[in-house]
Amino acid sequence: MPLRAENVEVGDELPARTVTVTRQGLVRYAGASEDFNPVHWNPRVAREAGLPDVIAHGMLTMAIAARTVTDWAGDPAAVVEYRTRFSRPVVVPDDPDGASVEVGGRVVARLDDGLVRLDLVVTSGGTKVLSDARVTVRLAS
Amino acid sequence: MALNPSCVGKSYPLSRPYPVEPETIRRFAEAVGDPAAVYTDQQAAQALGHPSVPAPPTFPFVVVARALDEVFSYDEIGFDPTYLVHGDQCFEYARSVRVGDRLVTAVSITGAKNLRGKDVLTLRADVADTGGEHVVTLHLTFVSLTAVKGGVSDAASR
Repeated sequence: MPLRAENVEVGDELPARTVTVTRQGLVRYAGASEDFNPVHWNPRVAREAGLPDVIAHGMLTMAIAARTVTDWAGDPAAVVEYRTRFSRPVVVPDDPDGASVEVGGRVVARLDDGLVRLDLVVTSGGTKVLSDARVTVRLAS
Repeated sequence: MALNPSCVGKSYPLSRPYPVEPETIRRFAEAVGDPAAVYTDQQAAQALGHPSVPAPPTFPFVVVARALDEVFSYDEIGFDPTYLVHGDQCFEYARSVRVGDRLVTAVSITGAKNLRGKDVLTLRADVADTGGEHVVTLHLTFVSLTAVKGGVSDAASR
């Protein structure tokens, strides 16, 4: 059942998640999104661009973080606004462990009309990779 | 390649319709690691009040990227996309993208400048269905790393 606005309080924490991103996962996302930018799969090109290694698509990181919100809200249509800055790249090494992306979130405001504002904290190996990651959801009220 | 600031304000012709198919959404949801039934199961979607299976919230970027490939010429605006990375991203939703949509995208350039040695391009993309109903608006910032001296430390310091 989708979450209802009256069951939400400022300060509520969204359930934290840790997601593994591997090279295979990047290839899969490249195919599904038709984003074939080589900095996401070719280490040579990534280094030419001044990156330490292949990096995850920012949009993959943003999608991983979105699931924390849609699982919590119970309906993807609850999301009315979602924004972030990609402040640091998620570097994905060529090994089975890949990179980890940690996602947390918190209710920061309850507005009229069932609208709720959330701040997300998204890190990789402890380094913040999304900054100003903010979501507004509309919950039934 | 030098950025051409006179392109700011330019609007592009509408993209061709992007048909949203069930398999496209399933593949995308799998690729982002989201097994929620609502992205694959019509009954689960209807139970939440969706007329058809909706897409995950970031899927509209795929539609807009396709539109950019169609309408856009980086050469014309002097932005080198060789080492393009994403700077900022914002979605403002009127509703979810869903199966059966045929989406058309109107792209315009809202900013083009060089910030701390990096070319930064800001775009707005309005996505509507072919009936004219507004679905979602995206604001995107792309950064060209070719203008970066020294690579990741600079790229990360913006």
